[in-house]
Amino acid sequence: MSTAQLWPDDDVSRVPYRVYSDPDIHVREQERIFRGPTWNFLCLEAEIPNPGDYRTSVIGDAPIVVVRGRDGGINALVNRCAHKGALVCYKPRGTVSEFTCVYHNWTYDLDGSLTGVAFRRGVRGEGGMEAGFEPGAHGLQRLRAESRNGLVFATFSDEAPDLETYIGPAILAALDRVFVKPVRVLGYHSQLLPNNWKLYAENTKDSYHATLLHVFHNTFGIVRFTMGGGIRLSENGWHHLSFTERAADGSERGGAEAVRSLKEQYALEDPSLMEHRLELGDRITNSIQTIFPTLVVQQILNALAVRQLVPRGPEACELKWTVLGFEDDDESFEALRLKVNNLVGPAGYVSMEDGCIGGFIDAATRSAPEGRSFMRMGGTAIEPAGASRVTEAAVRGFWRAWRDCMAL
Amino acid sequence: MTGTGDALAARIARLNTAYAHAIDDDRLEDWPGFFTDDGLYRIVTRENHEAGLPLAIVHCDGAAMMRDRVRAMRTANIFEPHTYCHTVGAAEIVGKDGGVHTARTNFIVVRTMHSGAMSVFACGRYLDRIVERDGALKFAERVAVCDSRTVDTLLVVPL
Ligand code: FES
Ligand SMILES: [Fe+2]
Repeated sequence: MSTAQLWPDDDVSRVPYRVYSDPDIHVREQERIFRGPTWNFLCLEAEIPNPGDYRTSVIGDAPIVVVRGRDGGINALVNRCAHKGALVCYKPRGTVSEFTCVYHNWTYDLDGSLTGVAFRRGVRGEGGMEAGFEPGAHGLQRLRAESRNGLVFATFSDEAPDLETYIGPAILAALDRVFVKPVRVLGYHSQLLPNNWKLYAENTKDSYHATLLHVFHNTFGIVRFTMGGGIRLSENGWHHLSFTERAADGSERGGAEAVRSLKEQYALEDPSLMEHRLELGDRITNSIQTIFPTLVVQQILNALAVRQLVPRGPEACELKWTVLGFEDDDESFEALRLKVNNLVGPAGYVSMEDGCIGGFIDAATRSAPEGRSFMRMGGTAIEPAGASRVTEAAVRGFWRAWRDCMAL
Repeated sequence: MTGTGDALAARIARLNTAYAHAIDDDRLEDWPGFFTDDGLYRIVTRENHEAGLPLAIVHCDGAAMMRDRVRAMRTANIFEPHTYCHTVGAAEIVGKDGGVHTARTNFIVVRTMHSGAMSVFACGRYLDRIVERDGALKFAERVAVCDSRTVDTLLVVPL
C-alpha cells in the first residue's frame, strides 16, 4: 500500500480508520515496527533472578524466550527451533541448564548456540546429519537485549540506537523516578481486548480522556483540576510521560487522621484504598510513561505496574499487566498496594473503561475505512504541555513514531 | 449451632444459590449483605493463586468496600450492558475451625451481552469461610479463583 492511498498527507492528527483493521498493515507492522528499529519490553529481571531461569514473551507476533545466562547476563532468543521451527520453550517459565526442543531433541546453550543434534552421526554408521554440517550456523536467533531499571528490552534491529538513546533523557528520568529500588512481582493480570493494539496504545497517551471517560475520578474526587502536572515527550515524540501532582496540603498525615482527611476528600464509604504513601520522593499521584511501541509503566498512587501490549492479529490484542511492589515492602505496605490496585487492572475503577473503549471505536470505524479521526486538541503540534493536559500531543507523537517506522 | 452434616450442607447450598441469584437478577445492592461486615471478597486468577502471588482483580476488604464497588458500578463506571448466569456446583465442606466452616464450590458464569453474544466468562472455584451471624450464614471470606489467567475486555459485576 502506498502512502498516497492510505494517508494522503503528513497530518498525524487525522488517522485513517483503515489502520485499525487492515490485515496487510498488520503484516507490515510486524516487519517494520516489531522487527524494525524499536526496543520492545519483554519482562522484568526480577522474574528470572538466577542463571537458567527463563520466561517466554513476545515481540509483536514473534515468540521470544528470555533467559538468565550463566554469567548473570540476560539473553533474548527467538523461541523457534533451528531444525523445523517448533517452539523450544512451550511452558511460560522455568529453570533449565540448557534448552531441549521436544520434537527431535536438538539442544541449545543458554546463549542460543546449538550444542547437540540427536543422532547426528546416525545409528551404527547409518543415517545422520549430512557431512559438513556446521552447528555454529544453526543456533536460536539471538536479539540485542538491554535492561534498564530491571526492565528487559530487546530489538531485532542492528540499526536501533542503544536503549538509553532510544528512550531519551526526558522519559528515562521518568522511569528512573519509579524504579528507586528492587521490585517484587505481586501478580499478573491479562485482558483480551476486542480491538486493534493501536487503539489501546493511543488511549494510554490520551491525557484528554482521563477525567471524561473515567467518571469515577470526578464522582469520587480522585483527580481534581486544581492539581498540577504535565505532559513530557521524548524529542522525537515517540515516548511520553503524563503526570499529576498533589498540592502540598499535608496529606502525608498518618493513621486515623489520614483516614478522616480521606473521608472528607472522597465520596467513598471506605476511602482507605485512596491512601497514598509518598514513596518516590515527590508528590506525584499519577504518572504514566509509555515507550513506543507497546510498553506502559504506571504509578497510580501506590499501584505500580508495567503493561505490555500484545497484538493478536489485526482485530484484537492482549494487555498483560505485571503488578509490582518493592522488595522491602512490609506487610502493611503490601496490604495497601493490594487495596489500591482496585483502581487498575481488568476491574479497575479508573481503568476498566480503557478495556471497552477500543471496542467501541472498532465497532464504529470498521464500516468506514476511508474515514479519519480529528485529534486537534492542542492543534497539530507534538510538544510538551502543562498542567491542564487537555491536549492530544502525545497521541500525535504515537502516530509520528508509527509513520516513521512504517514509511506510510 | 450451624448444624451438621446434611443440614449444614443444605444451608450452605441455599446460601450459594441465593448469592448467585442476587447477582444474576441484578440485585447487587443485596450482594454485600452475604458477607460479614469485615468480610473479605477477592477475585483472583488460578495463575496468581497457585504461584502464591497476592494480587487480586477485585479486592474488597469489608462490606463497605463492596458497597463502594456497587455504587461505582451504578453511578460511574462505563461498560457494555450484560448479564450473568451463574451455575454453582455442590459445596464440598472442607473443614471446621472454631465457628468457621471452610468450603469449596465450583462455579461457571455465562455472560450474555446486549448484542446477544454469549460466552463462558469465568469458571473456577469459590474458596469460602462461612460463619453464623444472627441465625444466618455469612461469608467471612469468599475468594473466587478463576481458571483463566485472562479476562475478556473487563470485569465489573462481581462473580
Ligand atoms: S523441530 Fe526442534 S528438534 Fe526438530
Ligand atoms: Fe484511561
